[in-house]
Amino acid sequence: MSSETTNVHAHEGEHDEHEGMTKRRIWNVFFVLLGITCVEFIIALWLAPTFHWPSHFVNPAYIVLTLFKAFYIVAYFMHLKFEKIGLALAIIVPILFIIGLILVLTNESHYWIDLRL
Amino acid sequence: MSTTAAQQIDEIKTTPWSGGRSPFNVEYGKMMMWFFLLSDAFTFSTLLISYGALRFSAPVWPAPSLVFQSFPGLIESGAPLVFVGLMTFILIMSSVTMVLAVEAGHRNSKKEVVWWMIGTIIGGLMFLGCQAMEWTHLHSEGFWWGHIPDTKTMQEFFKEGVPLTQQAMSSHQFANLFFTITGFHGFHVFSGVIINIIITVNVLIGTYQKRGSYLMVEKVGLYWHFVDLVWVFVFTFFYLV
Repeated sequence: MSSETTNVHAHEGEHDEHEGMTKRRIWNVFFVLLGITCVEFIIALWLAPTFHWPSHFVNPAYIVLTLFKAFYIVAYFMHLKFEKIGLALAIIVPILFIIGLILVLTNESHYWIDLRL
Repeated sequence: MSTTAAQQIDEIKTTPWSGGRSPFNVEYGKMMMWFFLLSDAFTFSTLLISYGALRFSAPVWPAPSLVFQSFPGLIESGAPLVFVGLMTFILIMSSVTMVLAVEAGHRNSKKEVVWWMIGTIIGGLMFLGCQAMEWTHLHSEGFWWGHIPDTKTMQEFFKEGVPLTQQAMSSHQFANLFFTITGFHGFHVFSGVIINIIITVNVLIGTYQKRGSYLMVEKVGLYWHFVDLVWVFVFTFFYLV
């Protein structure tokens, strides 16, 4: 009985996956990624030098755009959006450790610059 | 009353975590690929975060728009971001062909899987070729692990008025970090190309057709997209910021 239900559910799961990414959707994601990269180029090559945008404004903009690209690659190309929520959490929650390291080392590097000057 | 209680106890629980089935509903190898990629993400993060920390703590840093302003073999200077833009486009494009191979695998279309996989391999090789040209160009200027250009060349990479001693120190850090991080990423691309070739051969000899599913293509696809994902970050932090 239980093995039967397993098979049924496994099959349903496969069916969900098949509906995940159609060719049209793949190309949509491609154009989103290309578009974001073009925006980054426009900022770097034209907007920032022409209007003298300061780096503390431009750099966060790059990082936000990069995170958007990362979301599209992980969610659609790597298919995480269509997986079970448990798997998605198992992958995404540990990323908090990386954020922790970023906070710690940025703080530390501000201390290092004081030591050097 | 006791019978209803017994019925409740005997009832088979069907929630995802009550046993008897895979709660994540993915095949073992695919889940392990995800966990490997998570650990690889940690490795790349530590490299990039160390780069960030060293760069934050440096009073000066070589300007990316001055260091990366050539298109090796075509334009010597004055074209910032053009060459790396091409590299980024090639890698995103090869990610698209990879996901198209996975899509063809769902339809069990062997011929389409093979063609998209070959496209992905070509994209990977083109990216590696571009990276080799980029490295050769920087090497010809004098950058290498532990090596920096002579003072005259080095001054071209900094905004005017930066003291020479500061230039030397941050140039050393820049050279070591650049070659280590892009080298580690390039090594991932290289292994990805090798794995893609193995999988393509398996598709050609009909291994997955016999097995009835192209799940291996999905697994190697996850790795390939991860390589693209890392490049997105390397691109931002080395070439834009």
